Amino acid sequence: MQQLAGPIKYQEWNLDTAQMSVQEFRDRTGGVMLALNKLQQIFGYVDDSAMPMLGKVFNLSRAEIHGVKSFYHDFKSSKPGKYTLKVCQAEACQAMGSQKLTEDIKAFLKVDFHETTDSGDFTLEPVYCLGNCACSPNIMIDNETYGRVSIEGFKTLADALSKEAV
Amino acid sequence: MSIKIYIPRETTSASLGAELIARAIDTEAKYRNIDIEIVRNGSRGACWLEPLIEVESAAGRVGYGPVVLEDVPDLFDADFINGGKHAKSLGDVEALPWFKNQERLTFARCGIIDATSVSAYESLGGFAGLKNALASDADGIIQEVLDSGLRGRGGAAFPTGIKWRTVADCDIEQKYIVCNADEGDSGTFSDRMIMEGDPLSLVEGMAIAGLAVGADTGYIYLRSEYPLTQTILNEAIAAATDAGYLGSDIQGSGKNFTIEVFMGAGAYICGEETSLLESLEGKRGQIRFKPPLPAIEGLFGKPTVVNNVISLATVPVILEKGGKHYAEYGQGRSLGTMPLQLGGNIKQGGLVEKAFGLTLRQLIEDFGAGTATGRPFRAVQVGGPLGAYFPDELLDTQLDYEEFAKAGGMLGHGGVVVFDDSVDMAKQARFSMEFCAVESCGKCTPCRIGSVRGMEVIDRIVEAQNEEDRESQHIVLKDLCETMESASLCAMGGLTPIPVMSAIKHFAADFNKGELQ
Repeated sequence: MQQLAGPIKYQEWNLDTAQMSVQEFRDRTGGVMLALNKLQQIFGYVDDSAMPMLGKVFNLSRAEIHGVKSFYHDFKSSKPGKYTLKVCQAEACQAMGSQKLTEDIKAFLKVDFHETTDSGDFTLEPVYCLGNCACSPNIMIDNETYGRVSIEGFKTLADALSKEAV
Repeated sequence: MSIKIYIPRETTSASLGAELIARAIDTEAKYRNIDIEIVRNGSRGACWLEPLIEVESAAGRVGYGPVVLEDVPDLFDADFINGGKHAKSLGDVEALPWFKNQERLTFARCGIIDATSVSAYESLGGFAGLKNALASDADGIIQEVLDSGLRGRGGAAFPTGIKWRTVADCDIEQKYIVCNADEGDSGTFSDRMIMEGDPLSLVEGMAIAGLAVGADTGYIYLRSEYPLTQTILNEAIAAATDAGYLGSDIQGSGKNFTIEVFMGAGAYICGEETSLLESLEGKRGQIRFKPPLPAIEGLFGKPTVVNNVISLATVPVILEKGGKHYAEYGQGRSLGTMPLQLGGNIKQGGLVEKAFGLTLRQLIEDFGAGTATGRPFRAVQVGGPLGAYFPDELLDTQLDYEEFAKAGGMLGHGGVVVFDDSVDMAKQARFSMEFCAVESCGKCTPCRIGSVRGMEVIDRIVEAQNEEDRESQHIVLKDLCETMESASLCAMGGLTPIPVMSAIKHFAADFNKGELQ
């Protein structure tokens, strides 16, 4: 079931790059959200040093920017592993054994939610519904959803991805 | 002439390997020197048959599914490009009872055509509704929507035409159309399916809404869990703009309408309309007090239509065939069709569009063919994480807004999640509180604190050492649920007690087991 284009290549955090990449959102509807989403995409997280910079760009206080950033699950504060792995915790997947799958994945990767494996390959996150509820249980790796996931299938996939990540 | 092969490009098929299959078919055809044209359609909604590949040959359009990568050489050996027999043959897909027994209005084109092709869309009636709308006036458009009886498909079931009328009546120049595509309810995927399979119907519906209320700017607020949907929507918007159905001077009418896709960032509460508007303004997704209603003071304080994807995507067929035609489907105050989504532990899961009035049992047994595990049915949750859990005794409830309310449930966005007899309903009740605690926006106390206390009380009920203790905790939980229900600012805290109390009412024994299973 592997069909990934390879890991997303995140850039190292750089405040100048960050500042340049958010300028275009200055006068756009929901500019702060657009900017945070953009930084998240480029760097894999939004460094704390971005708060005063974004405050200046959008004429808001640091606290207001931090308030937006901390509200949403997607905006991270530290660099994730090479792959972000989300395992669905919502009802439709529960009905197909997602709790057992989650436990097995945690045991296999030796991490809990919001943690990164020692190898640096995977950061594990919970997610509530991937919109593929007729093919549960579901997981998402970076931008791709995988349906009817078994622990055996997951292990094969994870091994293949780890090799690719090197 | 090349043979057309339809391979879905949408999340469900992709999640089961369709991208690799598409590449393999392309490679194999080249190797065998066969002239084929691969068309990337959406899903027809039979998720249990995905990836469902169809071939348009001299023998008509025939399907094969569910296809796995290993089938590809076999399919060629079986001459599937000419409709040859194979173990995965489905014949004419539309003749399968699963499709034949549906009534598709909103999803009429979904899964049949290349999702982002304007000409394919037009060939099946697309943009006829918009053309009728352009020939009519604002009052005429709103009257058709009122006549159709369409009620908001996002869950609240508020009459769409009345909402539009309210916005249209505001004497303010700047107005907005906002499409709520933050489909966060577990068990629901109809928004995603139509946005990936027939996105132009949403584009058309939004443009019609713009004409009706006098708005020239539209936003689609899309949840970040749907990255493929984002790509497809943007392609569809670009195609519609190129064809003169969006942008300035639409079809020479002098009217303008633009649509922008705006990505959320992982927050269930942003599916609540005022929270969504806050987020779209670039703020924390905390809900607003109502009134004022968004129809009067919405995005940036301007009159705003906030409609669900399905509501908007249903508007084109209403304008094409007339509101009265749409209202011929359904019953009572639940008119038209409802796209129901069968998920969870179900053998034949997917999207079933049917006029209101079907029973839950017909849906689960006739369309769904029972549980996926083959174990006995135990419970079903309808309407997402804030919907009630029903036992077998309530399966004869009709899928209808009023009938569901009478049975103590809600139809919501039409998500139906089935559980077999291995489910622990005390655990499900606890999860409802836990989910509310994780996703609460934090603005009001009953939701923010009540959900955490709810988890604790359910733990105490389950672990109670004697009947007296258990009974006293039940009293506390009931009281807490009443507080959440009547004092929360929005449906998140206000409806979380529904799954909890329904689990206690219908599955009381699960709360007396001494521990969560």
